[in-house]
Amino acid sequence: MIQLVMDILSWPLLMAGSAFVLIGAFGIWRLPDFYSRLHPAGLTDTMGAGLILLGLLLQAEAAMVAIKLLIIAVFLLFTSPTTGHATARAALAAGLRIWQAPGHGKADGKAGAAGSGTESSTPGDDGA
Amino acid sequence: MNVDGKEDGEKDGGMSGYRPIIHGIGLCVALAACWLLLSGYFQILLLALGAGSVAFCVWIAMRMDLLDHEGVPLQITWAALRYFPWLMWEIVKANIDVAKRVIDPALPIAPSLFDAPVSQKTDLGQALYANSITLTPGTVAVDLDHGVIRVHALHDDAADGVLDGEMDARVRAVEGPG
Repeated sequence: MIQLVMDILSWPLLMAGSAFVLIGAFGIWRLPDFYSRLHPAGLTDTMGAGLILLGLLLQAEAAMVAIKLLIIAVFLLFTSPTTGHATARAALAAGLRIWQAPGHGKADGKAGAAGSGTESSTPGDDGA
Repeated sequence: MNVDGKEDGEKDGGMSGYRPIIHGIGLCVALAACWLLLSGYFQILLLALGAGSVAFCVWIAMRMDLLDHEGVPLQITWAALRYFPWLMWEIVKANIDVAKRVIDPALPIAPSLFDAPVSQKTDLGQALYANSITLTPGTVAVDLDHGVIRVHALHDDAADGVLDGEMDARVRAVEGPG
């Protein structure tokens, strides 16, 4: 009985987590440039991993397993922004410019401030 | 506000100059809890190995001068625990928003790179703020320099969410006075 309740609770979580991972992967493929692709990548390791871990937590039979799943979640919380920041910073340091939607040059967007670098792959409104 | 300040005096200490016993004990407790929770064995031999490992790690941390308010930030524990649920909810909302935009056939994005002010006084607070921004989908902290954080936002709503300063103020509160 308990097992049935746990299944009913955990399967939607696992499915939703998987959906976020898939949408994240789809977004990485679909978005136009390096910087914007960082955002869907964040979907996979926040909601994607989070919901899957939560679903697995409900399936965990031993307390030790549950504790380990929680510790994985905590580590992800520290490592994923670190790697995201490191890759973005490296791209900025290398002079990669951001892609901007055509006609969307925000006055405060300092797209060119990072130095003369590579051209943006899709030349939109580059004035910044 | 820290309770530490014990002198050990056997090292030159550099700019810290003291051996914070409190942070050392805090690290011991955290490492011992990690060992027990991850192993789950309570035989004498394994407990002894665990105690040895904890002592070794704390000794290394001591030699690296990491036993301070930054390496073992005990002082923000409770404030951070109060901040955490709010951050989780922000992350959930941002996730749903970014997921919607990614699968929207019109792809309603307008990426921008902008600078936002940072009000945290300590490196720890600024790191917590920058990581919170990056952890929230739709915004990534790209650079942090002299009280200004450079953020890449996927669209204007996400950018406004950073510029309205709520997250900044909440992290400032976690940092505490001083």
